[in-house]
Amino acid sequence: MKRRTLLASAAVALGLATAGFAGSHGGPVKAGFIFVGPVGDGGWTYEHNQGRLAVEEHFGDKVETVFQESVPEGADAARAITQMALSGAKIIFTTSFGYMDPTLDVASKFPDVKFEHATGYKRADNVSVYSARFYEGRAIQGHIAGSMTKTNKIGYIASFPIPEVIRGINSAYIHAKKVNPDVEFSIIWAYTWFDPAKEADAARALIENGADVILQHTDSTAPQAAAQEAGNVITFGQASDMGEYGPMPRVSSIIDNWAPYYIDRVQAVMDGTWESTDTWDGIGKGMVGIGEISDAVPEAVKAEALALKDAIASGEYQPFTGPLKKQDGSDWLAEGETADDGTLAGMNFYVEGLTGDIPN
Amino acid sequence: MDLSSINPILLIASIMVSATPILFAAIGEMIVEKSGVLNLGVEGMMIVGAVVGFAVAVNSGSPILGFAAAALASALLSMCFGFLTQFLLSNQVATGLGLTLVGLGLSSLIGKPYEGMKSPTLPKLDIPILSDLPVVGQMLFSHDIMVYVSLALVAGVWAFLKYTRGGLILRAVGESHEAAHALGYKVVRIRLMAIFFGGACAGLGGAYLSLVRVPQWTEGMTAGSGWIALAIVVFASWRAGRILVGAYLFGGVTVLQLNLQAAEVAVPVALLSMSPYLITILVLVVISARGAHGAPAALGRPFHATS
Repeated sequence: MKRRTLLASAAVALGLATAGFAGSHGGPVKAGFIFVGPVGDGGWTYEHNQGRLAVEEHFGDKVETVFQESVPEGADAARAITQMALSGAKIIFTTSFGYMDPTLDVASKFPDVKFEHATGYKRADNVSVYSARFYEGRAIQGHIAGSMTKTNKIGYIASFPIPEVIRGINSAYIHAKKVNPDVEFSIIWAYTWFDPAKEADAARALIENGADVILQHTDSTAPQAAAQEAGNVITFGQASDMGEYGPMPRVSSIIDNWAPYYIDRVQAVMDGTWESTDTWDGIGKGMVGIGEISDAVPEAVKAEALALKDAIASGEYQPFTGPLKKQDGSDWLAEGETADDGTLAGMNFYVEGLTGDIPN
Repeated sequence: MDLSSINPILLIASIMVSATPILFAAIGEMIVEKSGVLNLGVEGMMIVGAVVGFAVAVNSGSPILGFAAAALASALLSMCFGFLTQFLLSNQVATGLGLTLVGLGLSSLIGKPYEGMKSPTLPKLDIPILSDLPVVGQMLFSHDIMVYVSLALVAGVWAFLKYTRGGLILRAVGESHEAAHALGYKVVRIRLMAIFFGGACAGLGGAYLSLVRVPQWTEGMTAGSGWIALAIVVFASWRAGRILVGAYLFGGVTVLQLNLQAAEVAVPVALLSMSPYLITILVLVVISARGAHGAPAALGRPFHATS
């Protein structure tokens, strides 16, 4: 027992000494990352980890990165973030919506540490928010999905009823409906970001209910595997290319590219120029990439999809452009009017034509 | 709302597939707990089974070999737990939790090269006559072999505990290890065998996840099903039949609620989402309300021959 206590206190002392040393002598800047899934999920967390690796490669010895994976959203996250701040991290990226309040709580206790929260909307002096305009990619998915479905039924595996997910559903639906007025969406709320077995079950349930296109807003590649098994069903890579499932079922993808942003922000900490900001970039700035459209997509549809991508990238077209009505039939956007960022950031309604209710 | 889009035949078939991993893990853990050992490492053993099964199936091209390797690997892992708790008398709860952590880490290490790969799938059996029956054939008799293995295992465990001398000894060890020891039974050896069996079952459950239910390898893919299996053992009050009910209910309601969502049934999604947990607990508590349903008396207590 005694020996254990001794070892533990020695370890703590050593930890404090190193942290103090690094802090006061300009050693490597420590950047921390909190992940919601495992880094090998092949989707969301995988891409954030790629961003982390890019930071390491870019700065070499000048930076040290630490990460913790599979951190549950909610109260437990605060513990993990605090731990990371205590261990001397100067900037901490918390990479899931559900870390929003824990991040702010911890940030108020560590005014000298910079925090970056992904996909949230609450900021503080030392808390920035950043996200990507995934809905731009969803517009392209919707276009391909609407053009290619034969059963006119598109299945959508949603995670949690938060604005980011709802935006994606609306954007995909609007653009599927444009090319195919008969299209219907059936939406399953999985209430998880990462649970391969459940995601596969959800994909199967949708396919058994007649869907021949599966869109997912969950993080693993399981729905791709389920679609492949079913045959004749198309899917899109989510957050990461998931190219190993191409050319069928995966016909295209939305790829998140966080690396440039992470490098920028760590640089800002090193230079002492870090400020609390609100970043929301899309296809134009390269934060959202569209994975290669496979040969399973007819040539004409592919050309249209690429044209749509270019129009969105140049800012010439905004996916939420009127005339659009809300689900209850009330007017939302007039002809030619585009949605402002405030409405998009807090989106909590379906557009006209979608069925079912958004859970609370 | 369009219930007609749900095909009951496909639904029942999906339910059986969805329940099988938990059923394997739970029936194995039940034997372990019946012998008086609490192994909280089910999640870790499952995921090691998932990755080893997947890796072996990919490399050998034979899913059956994958299942065998998965069972063996998880059983070996469970032997670490057995050695620590039975010989070194470490705390079972802490060691079990440690086993889960080790399993999760080890599996992601082994699994790194296998991400995004495809495995050979287990063929669906084509049982003469039975598979050709209308409705029931596709519903119940066109599954892969492991579904039937899991069901046979439940029946086997039930019969073993109820009718055999071995089952009686196992239960005696779990109820009072001192008494069993006094009668000359090798408590530690019997417990190790139970732990080995539990590990092998958890491995099969994990491999079923990565080879049939999902089918792919993804880090952390068990996502808590080991804990569900542990809970089902308790709520099923350590009875083989009730474990079958529990696992099928949980798997069933999980799949059913997803289907109901897909069919746009007007029930709040939050309610549907928690229904697997709610219904499984309710039903098992109700059927366990009558009769003896205590835990094995020596559950979780360490045994040392000289004490």
